[in-house]
Amino acid sequence: MKELWKGNEAVAEAAMRAGCRYFFGYPITPQNEIPEYLAKHMPARGGVFVQAESEIAAINMIYGASGAGARVMTSSSSPGISLKQEGITYLACAELPAVIVNMMRGGPGLGNIAPSQADYYQATRGGGNGDYRTIVLAPASIQEAADFTQEAFDLADVYRMPVIVLADGTIGQMMEAIEWRTPPRRELPAKEWATNGHRGERPHNIINSLFLDVADCEEQNCRLQERYELIAERETRYEEYMAEDAEVLFVAYGTSARLARAAVLKLRAQGVKAGLFRPITLWPFPEVALHARAAMPSMKAVIAAEMSTGQMIDDVKLAVNGIRPVYLVGRSGGAMPMPMELVELALEVLA
Amino acid sequence: MKTVYQRSKGLMDAPTHYCPGCTHGVIHKLVAETLEELGIIGTTVGVAPVGCSVFSYNYFACDMQEAAHGRAPAVATGIKRVHPDLAVFTYQGDGDLAAIGTAEIVHAAMRGEKITTIFVNNAIYGMTGGQMAPTTLVGQKATTAPFGRDKERQGSPLRMCEMLATIDGCVYAERVAAVDVPGILKAKRAIKKAFQLQLEGAGFTFVEVLSTCPTNWGLTPRDAIAWLKENMVPYFPLGVYKQ
Ligand SMILES: Cc1ncc(C[n+]2csc(CCOP(=O)(O)OP(=O)(O)O)c2C)c(N)n1
Ligand code: SF4
Repeated sequence: MKELWKGNEAVAEAAMRAGCRYFFGYPITPQNEIPEYLAKHMPARGGVFVQAESEIAAINMIYGASGAGARVMTSSSSPGISLKQEGITYLACAELPAVIVNMMRGGPGLGNIAPSQADYYQATRGGGNGDYRTIVLAPASIQEAADFTQEAFDLADVYRMPVIVLADGTIGQMMEAIEWRTPPRRELPAKEWATNGHRGERPHNIINSLFLDVADCEEQNCRLQERYELIAERETRYEEYMAEDAEVLFVAYGTSARLARAAVLKLRAQGVKAGLFRPITLWPFPEVALHARAAMPSMKAVIAAEMSTGQMIDDVKLAVNGIRPVYLVGRSGGAMPMPMELVELALEVLA
Repeated sequence: MKTVYQRSKGLMDAPTHYCPGCTHGVIHKLVAETLEELGIIGTTVGVAPVGCSVFSYNYFACDMQEAAHGRAPAVATGIKRVHPDLAVFTYQGDGDLAAIGTAEIVHAAMRGEKITTIFVNNAIYGMTGGQMAPTTLVGQKATTAPFGRDKERQGSPLRMCEMLATIDGCVYAERVAAVDVPGILKAKRAIKKAFQLQLEGAGFTFVEVLSTCPTNWGLTPRDAIAWLKENMVPYFPLGVYKQ
């Protein structure tokens, strides 16, 4: 049965359905319904909600709780996610699973509270110091927000790393009818590394991100890198819409993908063969699939559409690798790439 | 042969990296003995700071987590909320706790987190080579206060025990100095009491231990102890601030 859910509340509910019982966060618009929902519902389900003194404290509580073996989540929006970067790089190095939700808003600086996709670089390039990646899932609907949040916990546990659910204020605030479903559960490794009291029955466990010796630190980096390659092989996800015979291909994720889809329909109605390629994992970016699609003989141009001045377009260009021209419709500060702008640019580049 | 003294089971059989005469080692021993005497080595999780004692995760025999600089109380909060049945402690220096981690320690105390914090105040940044700490005394030289700390420009040292004692969630705060036998015995009693109160679920417990840094103070271990007594104790009076 379908139910009407607000994005932020669906994310919060999904976390609890995935077995998350520990949430640490700090208020910021436009994601406040996540902590508010969890503050209200966690206790009844035997969970713990803590409003931290800052995003820095919240992410470090996540570190402690994850290191202690629990499923954990924190959520925030852009300026708060900037503060969490310290904790995220520590989580990555210490190989701790965690789910981090970013309902992106306009930036830089305090920016505004309007929806944005300008944290793409930060999410997909690591964001904090050092060589690391996080899996980044980009929902384009409330249904996906609910599904991906649940899946994020398994991904985090399987690969022992932070996973980011990257959406924007539109997804957070919008209501849609969704169906509660349990994504296929993965086989989860036992958390033998957790610091939960050794009771004299095993050697003491240490959760750590310090590797003072150069060789040790490089070895740790190589370990992480190998895992990232495995993830790129196994977990890359994308969706295509009317792309099979396209001569112009929009590449867009999240809210922008919904707008690009509308543009595809408008162009098709005029007899123009437009298609959409929607990355679902922003890291790993579906570069092989995108390259193959762009390489089709019918393809004439690729258009990146995003709510930033052009960040994802870098990955699009890397994937297309010069075989087709790549154009941008990038709107920022809370503005969106509207379908008519996309239609006009498509007609212009095809002319 | 009769054993009259041995390494506490709360410590691993590992050589420490501390400088000769540094009292970090003594404080480790007191924490370790406490864990052993209370029978909680297997049911404790410690949180190491960033500072000279970062490697304490290799020394304590309980499970350990290493936190980002200053964040140990937040990390400990996460652990304790997941495992309320375990004892959780942080071990932090003065740069870690009283500068970069001031918000984390104040709010852990405010929430009344049932953890114990061992605060090692040596009035200097040891690990990074002797820079000024928030606890550096007025007039004391540091590499970033080469002419001595100037009250006008750098303010007066923070007294953390006094400050935290004003917070309702903090149920126990005591300052001790682990530099002579009576002081070490007092420090031990304070640390044990703090853990006991934690195990009873009383609230946040805090023990500040005045400690020496002969290396960065530029003194011999013996002179460092004398300097601590003459200069630190008058500004940081010993005693129980909250009970
Ligand atoms: C975010 C961050 N800033 C700065 C440092 C560098 N740093 C390492 S230890 C330290 C100071 C430690 O001094 P203190 O807490 O007094 O402990 P001590 O070494 O004296 O025991 C600093 C500034 C760091 N590791 N991380
Ligand atoms: S630098 Fe100072 S605090 Fe650090 S180990 Fe040496 S004496 Fe101890």
